[in-house]
Amino acid sequence: MIPFLFVVLVTVATVVIGIVATRGAKTTADFFVAGRSVSVGMNAAAISGEYLSAASFMGIAGLIMKSGYDALWYPVGYAAGYLFLLLFIAGPLRRFGAYTIPDFAQGRFDSPSFRKIAVIFVLFIGFFYTMPQMKGAGVTMAAILNWPYAIGIMVVGTVITFNVAVGGMKGITLVQAFQYWAKLFAISVPVFVLAAVFGSPAPDSGVKNSVAGLPTVASGTTVKVKGSAAFPANVLATPAGGIALVFPKGAEIEKIAPVRKLAPNEKLDGLARPSEIYGMTVAGGGAEGLDKLKDVKFLPGTRLTSVPIPVLVDGQPLMKDGKPVTTTMKFEFATPTEVRMEAVDGSPDSPVAAPNAPNDKAWEHPFGPLTSKHGYPLLYTYSLIIALVCGTAGLPHILVRFYTNPDGRAAKRTTLWVMVMLGAFYVFTPLWGTLGRAHMPELYANNTTDAVVIKLPMMLENKLLGEILSGVTSAGAFAAFMSTFSGLLVSMSGAFAHDIYGKMLRPNATGDERMKAFKWAAVGVGVVSMVLGLFVETFDIATMVGWAFAIGAASYFPLLLLGSWWRGLTSTGAASGMLVGGVASLLAIVTSMLLDKKILTMDVSPLVRSLLEQPAIWGVPLSLIIMFVVSKLTASQIPADVDAKMLRLHAPEELGMSKNYE
Amino acid sequence: MRNDADHAALLARVLKRQSRLGLAVAAVFVVVLVGLPLANMFSPASVEFKVGGFTATWLFLGVLFYIVTAGLAFVFVNASNKIEDETIAEYRGKPKL
Repeated sequence: MIPFLFVVLVTVATVVIGIVATRGAKTTADFFVAGRSVSVGMNAAAISGEYLSAASFMGIAGLIMKSGYDALWYPVGYAAGYLFLLLFIAGPLRRFGAYTIPDFAQGRFDSPSFRKIAVIFVLFIGFFYTMPQMKGAGVTMAAILNWPYAIGIMVVGTVITFNVAVGGMKGITLVQAFQYWAKLFAISVPVFVLAAVFGSPAPDSGVKNSVAGLPTVASGTTVKVKGSAAFPANVLATPAGGIALVFPKGAEIEKIAPVRKLAPNEKLDGLARPSEIYGMTVAGGGAEGLDKLKDVKFLPGTRLTSVPIPVLVDGQPLMKDGKPVTTTMKFEFATPTEVRMEAVDGSPDSPVAAPNAPNDKAWEHPFGPLTSKHGYPLLYTYSLIIALVCGTAGLPHILVRFYTNPDGRAAKRTTLWVMVMLGAFYVFTPLWGTLGRAHMPELYANNTTDAVVIKLPMMLENKLLGEILSGVTSAGAFAAFMSTFSGLLVSMSGAFAHDIYGKMLRPNATGDERMKAFKWAAVGVGVVSMVLGLFVETFDIATMVGWAFAIGAASYFPLLLLGSWWRGLTSTGAASGMLVGGVASLLAIVTSMLLDKKILTMDVSPLVRSLLEQPAIWGVPLSLIIMFVVSKLTASQIPADVDAKMLRLHAPEELGMSKNYE
Repeated sequence: MRNDADHAALLARVLKRQSRLGLAVAAVFVVVLVGLPLANMFSPASVEFKVGGFTATWLFLGVLFYIVTAGLAFVFVNASNKIEDETIAEYRGKPKL
C-alpha cells in the first residue's frame, strides 16, 4: 500500500505542476519550443528528466546486477553521448532555429521531400522508444500492486497525454525538471540507507556470502518463474555445485539441456548411473519424459535434485587444470510456475548458490557474460560504445529540447549541465547492482534483476522502512516513464502537427490551427502508444531501447554531424545514408532478436552474430560513407546559399546571421 | 554592409577554429573510450588493482568517467565561447577577417 501512495503522490504532482506550467502556454512557439525561453538550469534538468527513462531507472541497475562490469558501459555511454552532442551538434542545431528536427532536414537542404523521410524516422524512433516506457509502467504496477499489466499503461498514458495535450512543450518542461530531481532523490537516498544497513557496496562484497564464487539464497527461497512466452527469461540454469528444485504446483518444462555449450567432440554420459538421468534425481511427486529431456512434466510436490556431471571426450573425462570438467543442466519452463530452491543435502541451514548467477570472477572482471557471449568481447564492447554514444546524439525527442534554449551558447551550457546531472544520477546505479547481487540473488533465478531497485528495499528487517524506500523507488520509476513519455509525445505530436499537418497537408494553416492539430495529435499518439504497449509485455526493456539507439545512431547522428559541418552534404546523400544505415541496423537487430527467440533458426557464425546484435560498429560508418559518396555524386544539389546556411548554424547570434522559425 | 567574401572568410574561420577545438576534445575522449577496453584486455594487472574493494577499472568506469567527461565538456564550453567572443570582436572590429 505504501508504494502505491508514493506512486499516487508523484502522479498527482505531475498533473498539478503540468497544469500550473500550462497557464503560460498560449502561442504556437510555447507549444512546440516553450517560447525558446527556457533557462540553462531548467532545460538541463528537463533534458535529464526526459532522458532518464525506464531503461535508466530500472534497467541499468538490473543489468549491472545481472552482468557486472560490462554493463557499466551502458550508463557511461548514455551520459558520454552528450559530449559528442556538445562538441558537434548542440550549438549549431539551436542556431538553426527550427521547431522540429525535420525542419532542420528540410531547411538545411531546401528539400521538402527530405522532410518526409526525417518525419518517418522521428515517428519510428519515437514509437520504438515509447514501447519500453509503456512496458515499464505496466510491469511496475504489476510488481507493487498486482494490477493487471494494462492498467499501469493506461494510468501513465492517460496522465501524460493529458499534460501534453493541454500544455505542449511549455507544460512539460517544468514537469520534466521536477521529475529529474524526483528521480535523483529516488535513486540516491534509498541506496544510502541500504548501504548503511547492509554494509559495503563494493563489487567484491558478494564474495562474503558465496559458495564457489556464486551468491547464495537461503534454502527454501521460492521464486515465480516465467513461461516460454518470455524466452530467454524462462530459463533456469542450475549452479555449478548443484541444487534441489521443488515444484509445489508442478511444472511443465519445454527443454532440458546442459549449461555448458558442448563442442562437437564433447559428450555427456548422462545415463551412466541408473539412479540418475543427466545428474537429475526425482523424489516425491513424479516426472514424465525426463529421459527425453523434452516436454517434461513434474507433478505437484516433486523434488528434483540436479548435480554436476562429467563432460567426456572420446569416452574419457575432459580435464582442465588437473580436474575433470563438469556441467549442470538448465531448464526452459513452458508455463509459469513456482520453484522452491533447496540445498542438495536438504539441510535448511545450508546456503544455496543462486541459479543463473554469473560467478564472481565473470561478474567482477571485464569481458564477462554480456560481451563475451558470442566470443568477440572487444568487438562487442566497442560496438556497444558506438551505439550508445552516437545513438544519444541521434534521438529526435532529446534533440528537439535544444530549440527551447534562447541561443547557441545557452544550448552548449545546457549540455554541460546535462552531463553533470546525468553523472550524478548514474553513479548510483552500480551500487544498486552490487547490493542486489549480494543481498537479493533470488532475482537471478527468475530473471527479474530489472526489479532490483523496487524490490531490494523490501529485504530490510524494518518492514515499514523497506516499504517506504520501495515506495520512493517506485515513485522514481513512475517519474521515469512519465517524463520520457512526455518528451516522446511532444516530439511525435510536433512531427504530426507541424511537419505533416502544417508543412505538408495545410501549409497555410494558422498558428491556432497548428496548435489545435498538436493537441489532437497528442491524443492520437498517446492512444496508439498505449495500444502498442499492450503488445510488448514479453520484450526486454533494454532491447527495445537498444533498437531506438541503433536506428538513431545510424540515421540522425550522421545527418546532424555532416549536415552541421560539411557544406558538400546533399539531400539525396543524407537521405540515402539515413535510410540504408537506419534500416540495415534495424534489420540486423530484429534478426538478432528473432534468433534469440528461436523464431529464426539459421546457422550464424559468432562474428556475424555479434555484428547483428550490436550493429553500430558497421551501421554508423556505413551511413556516413553512403552520405559522403552519394553527396559527391549529386554535388549539383548543394543549395546555392549553403554558405548562408552554414553561417546560420555556426555564427554567434550577436552577428545577426541566425534565424528562428516564427 | 558586408559582402560575400567577408561572409565566406567568417565561415571558413569559424568552422576551422570550432572544428579543431571539437576534434581535439573528441580525440582525448576517444583515447579514453578506446584505451580502457584495450587496457582491460591486454594489461589487466594495470587496471585491476584494488581501491577500497573496487578494482581500479570499476572505480574509473563507475565513478571517475563522469568526472572526466564533465571536465572535458567544461573545457570545451569555455574555449568555444572564447572563440565566439573573439570572432565577434574580429568581425566587428575589422573590415575584413
